[in-house]
Amino acid sequence: MTPLLIEALRTPAALAAFTPAQCDLVLRQAERAQLLPSLHARARDAGVLERLPAPARRQLEWARQQGERHLQAVRWEVRQIRMAMAGLGVPLILLKGGAYAMAGLAAAEGRIFSDIDILVPRAALADVESALMLHGWAGVGHDDYDQHYYRRWMHELPPMRHVWRETVIDVHHAILPSTAAAHPDAMLLRAAAEPLPGYPASGSLPAVYTLGPVDMILHSATHLLYESEFDHGLRNLVDIDRLLHEFSPLPGFWVRLTDRAAALQLQRPLFYALRHAARLLHTPVPAALLQGNDVARPGPVVLALMDALLDRALLPEHDSCDGPLSKLARQMLYLRGNWLRMPPWLLARHLFHKALLTPLQAARTRDV
Amino acid sequence: MLTVAQLPAGQLAARLAGAGLTLQTGAFVTRLQSTIPSVVRGVALMYADYPLGPDDGYADFHLRMVRPLNWRRWLRPQVQLLADGLAPFKPLPLAQAYPMFEWGLNWCISSRAHSYLMLHAAVVEKHGRAAILPAPPGSGKSTLCAALVHHGWRLLSDELTMVRLEDGLIAPMPRPISLKNGSIELMRAALPTALFSPPVHDTNKGTVAHLRAPADSIVRLDEAARPAWIVFPRYEAGAAVELQPVAKARAHLRTAENAFNYSVLAARGFDAMAALIEQSDCYDFRYSSLADGIATFERLAAPP
Repeated sequence: MTPLLIEALRTPAALAAFTPAQCDLVLRQAERAQLLPSLHARARDAGVLERLPAPARRQLEWARQQGERHLQAVRWEVRQIRMAMAGLGVPLILLKGGAYAMAGLAAAEGRIFSDIDILVPRAALADVESALMLHGWAGVGHDDYDQHYYRRWMHELPPMRHVWRETVIDVHHAILPSTAAAHPDAMLLRAAAEPLPGYPASGSLPAVYTLGPVDMILHSATHLLYESEFDHGLRNLVDIDRLLHEFSPLPGFWVRLTDRAAALQLQRPLFYALRHAARLLHTPVPAALLQGNDVARPGPVVLALMDALLDRALLPEHDSCDGPLSKLARQMLYLRGNWLRMPPWLLARHLFHKALLTPLQAARTRDV
Repeated sequence: MLTVAQLPAGQLAARLAGAGLTLQTGAFVTRLQSTIPSVVRGVALMYADYPLGPDDGYADFHLRMVRPLNWRRWLRPQVQLLADGLAPFKPLPLAQAYPMFEWGLNWCISSRAHSYLMLHAAVVEKHGRAAILPAPPGSGKSTLCAALVHHGWRLLSDELTMVRLEDGLIAPMPRPISLKNGSIELMRAALPTALFSPPVHDTNKGTVAHLRAPADSIVRLDEAARPAWIVFPRYEAGAAVELQPVAKARAHLRTAENAFNYSVLAARGFDAMAALIEQSDCYDFRYSSLADGIATFERLAAPP
């Protein structure tokens, strides 16, 4: 049976016919999937807020308030980051939630996220890191191995947290680790970044950019299929749904999306993301893209397995949606994400270190 | 409306063990599930007068109290609070199950109900006018509140003052009053007929017991009250009773420090707080005996 939250995301107007008991459940599913504020936005846009039972409308109103405050906090945080990067001569390119929020996209409405992601040239990493440290951000909770691992293999610096505000920033130089099979060229992404209206370079302050529309979708798809944390799987898929909803009317959009996926070696994640957005959320996607070409589409066995995993893992992680295999599906996708991000020998070494040496070192430190 | 006490014998435990008991706690409906005996007894004793929520399958908050399945189950049994299936807190010793329910419900409300400006404060009402008592733990706020509601004041809340954003009125949220350490014996002696839950020792707040909310405050669940006073109480042994006016700007900041969602509400929170302070007389109140406390509040409420 389709979970109520999925029905509501497909057709928000359906909420008007929900019984109080159905409202109870859909709110709990949305809360678990971190989609409560988004559900408010969808119900409002569909004009059905007033037709919901008063207590359910009130819960959505609570979530709207939190979502709005979050957007305000994000705008403030981006200003702080921009000031910290003053004088570096490095443009500030926002990724994911921070970009959606600053660009005022529908995908940002009600999206609560814990960190701001930015993209800078690899050559500028050291300068950006020092500048952020001077302004109060510091790497936290990482031992020597983590530091080494991030700096040697990952596409981002270890997360940095601001000492007073406790906000977290992830500084990326690429959107996938250098060890992943696909190598989307970060230079292409930076070259196509679009300036955010109202934030031009001014004095020593850098201009603020987001990725271009198709790149934003490709990054979101990559994030969904590679980052492997499926506790936010549905929320990430909803991002893709909202971005497609907003950008697909642009002239030549679908052709540009396909061409760009090829140029960035991201056809496979795009294929899965479009397929499952269409399957689960009924996002309109042209048949040719759903079919995919030989590069985009996996073989029938892999496809059947991935469908079986994603069909389960993308549902809200709530008792009312979990089947007997949901947990296993999420674990297998987690392993797959890591597998794709690292060659086997590195993955083995990484898991060995994380499982045995890190706890051992932690225990030793405690003894001292 | 059916109350908890009116449920046929065995029905309370059966509902708690099954689909859950829905309680109308102030403006919210809470669904609670538990088979832990101290929780069943605590709810039967403390919530006897509460109306059951509507029977339509909707609840604002979904709480379950369970015993976690771990080795401690046998040696040092524990209790876990689940909010719609997730555990927001670490388990506590099983003996603390009932207080944990109260704390868990407070957490549910204070972390979500953003159609109110929520203050960590006791609030009582007389002649339609409310006195808010914001104060850090240890200031004697709950003890004073317990004394007042047994001397002519209506309990709106002992822990959460809910200021409605739409009209600035205070929505009642009467719940059992949480008493700590020495004030438990003090109130037992002062209120020989009142009902207390069994004291629970060694919590992180010390010994804790709950005092049942007066029946009248529960009957009047729907009657909001206009804020009239903000009184910052401070209990000081041996001190002379003293009621000192507090400047409005200072009172605004001090009340904001005691708010749960001042920052979440942003500009709306500031406006609501400003309106609240504007219509309230604000005082610092130092006292060393409950009799002084009751007399001072009596004078406050007396028509000019």
